[in-house]
Amino acid sequence: MKIIAILLSLIGLLLTLAPAFLHFFGQISWNTHAQLMLAGMILWFVFAPIWYFKKT
Amino acid sequence: MPKQSRLISRLDALYEFDREPVSQEKLQGFGNFLGLYAGEHVAGTEFVIGPLFVAHGVSAPDLFLGLIVGNILAVLSWAFYCAPIAVKTRLTLYWQLRKICGPYINFVYSIVNAVMFCFLAGAMIAVSATAVGLPLKMPMPTLQDTYPTSISWVLVVILVGAVVTLLAIYGFEKISQFARVCIPWMFLVFVACGVAVLPKLGCHSFGDFWRVANEKIWTGVPMAGQSKFTFWHVMFFAWFCNMAMHIGLADLSLLRYAKKWTYGFASAAGMFLGHFIAWIASGILCAAAVGEVAPGPIAYLGAGVAGAVCVVIAGWTTANPTLYRAGLALQVVTPNWKRWKMTLIAGAITTLAALFPALVMKLLEFVSIYGLVLMPMGVVIFIDLMILPKLGLKSNYAETFNKPINVAAGVAWLVTLSVCLFLNLRLNIQVFFLGAFGIVLTFSLYLLGSLLTQKRRV
Repeated sequence: MKIIAILLSLIGLLLTLAPAFLHFFGQISWNTHAQLMLAGMILWFVFAPIWYFKKT
Repeated sequence: MPKQSRLISRLDALYEFDREPVSQEKLQGFGNFLGLYAGEHVAGTEFVIGPLFVAHGVSAPDLFLGLIVGNILAVLSWAFYCAPIAVKTRLTLYWQLRKICGPYINFVYSIVNAVMFCFLAGAMIAVSATAVGLPLKMPMPTLQDTYPTSISWVLVVILVGAVVTLLAIYGFEKISQFARVCIPWMFLVFVACGVAVLPKLGCHSFGDFWRVANEKIWTGVPMAGQSKFTFWHVMFFAWFCNMAMHIGLADLSLLRYAKKWTYGFASAAGMFLGHFIAWIASGILCAAAVGEVAPGPIAYLGAGVAGAVCVVIAGWTTANPTLYRAGLALQVVTPNWKRWKMTLIAGAITTLAALFPALVMKLLEFVSIYGLVLMPMGVVIFIDLMILPKLGLKSNYAETFNKPINVAAGVAWLVTLSVCLFLNLRLNIQVFFLGAFGIVLTFSLYLLGSLLTQKRRV
């Protein structure tokens, strides 16, 4: 469960940053970039607390 | 046990060694401080400060060089000045001051300190409110607004203030945990916002960045009605915007939990993620938003809903430790009251202050004054603990000699502030440049005052 949570939260971080660069290089529209960032945010805040809080 | 009593008992159990040195088992690791500093300085206010540099016409070379030098000086101040004292005494600033200055000066200082912290946390709450109000179509405050602009603004600020206060009451460790979860995501949102709006400014490759930075972002030309900022403004602001925390030693309250003094270098996470990359990113956003400064809308421009949520969380993670400090400060002046009660009062004052948009719109001036007002007592502690013993004089004057007031410390504080006020009002020296002069003046006055006071007693 912990490994899955780490993996999904890291995908969340990837979805937070990568779309901005894809938009910067003209590969995706601003709307797609914003939607992917929203998905990344949800993934991060759903799955990161599972392993972040376990660690402390 | 009645429900209310149980609640109070649970809240009372949150007592965190506020009035005695932190015990060994409560010390925290380096990672905790990295998270705390990054969380505190990757904050909602970064969305305001970055745009203000753009408004003041800083050129791109001045901005980058000024931020690098100023932030290095700030990290060195935490590492070589604040952290060694924190691990030596393991006391909060307030209890240390009480030993040195006595209860009367401590009382005045604690009130001033708490009010300043409340205003700072208030600015964070107002910043968060600009994002929470976005879906409500709330009218955003502008640079010229002083008073609340609408009913929706008032309601949103009260809501945000209530949540932030509850989180601060919950305690330092919980706040730190909350900040740690948010940091990586928040930082990436800042970067993403800046990168995503670059095409709006005509920048489509990394090779274009420096040209666009010079021509369209940090042009070197101030906006109408704004003064011109140079390298020196940027450097001194970057160094002294947290002067209350490092030179003023407010961060004794946090760094007293550090295992080693070297944990002061953890402040670099806050300086270079928050006060470098985030200020640059928000400056880019401001240029792309053509003069808009309200943090919620400019973050939305960069990242949509995720950007707006980032502003809310960035405001919370900064306001929480600030309210925690305010609670500690107020606790000293009411020795029999628990911290949670004082944090609740501080939260109410903070929320009231946040209703006034001027708090955010005059943030550069407020932050500089805030540091200047609190800095002298940090210098007093430094001299008392680090210099006086080497001169054969006693530390902790009020406690050692059983005196209710340390006149030398009181005079050093008041004279420093009076002279700085005179220089600012009469000679028009900008507040950003008064910090360095104030340090030297307080140092000289307290050293001289201690020599006179203690030699007379020997």
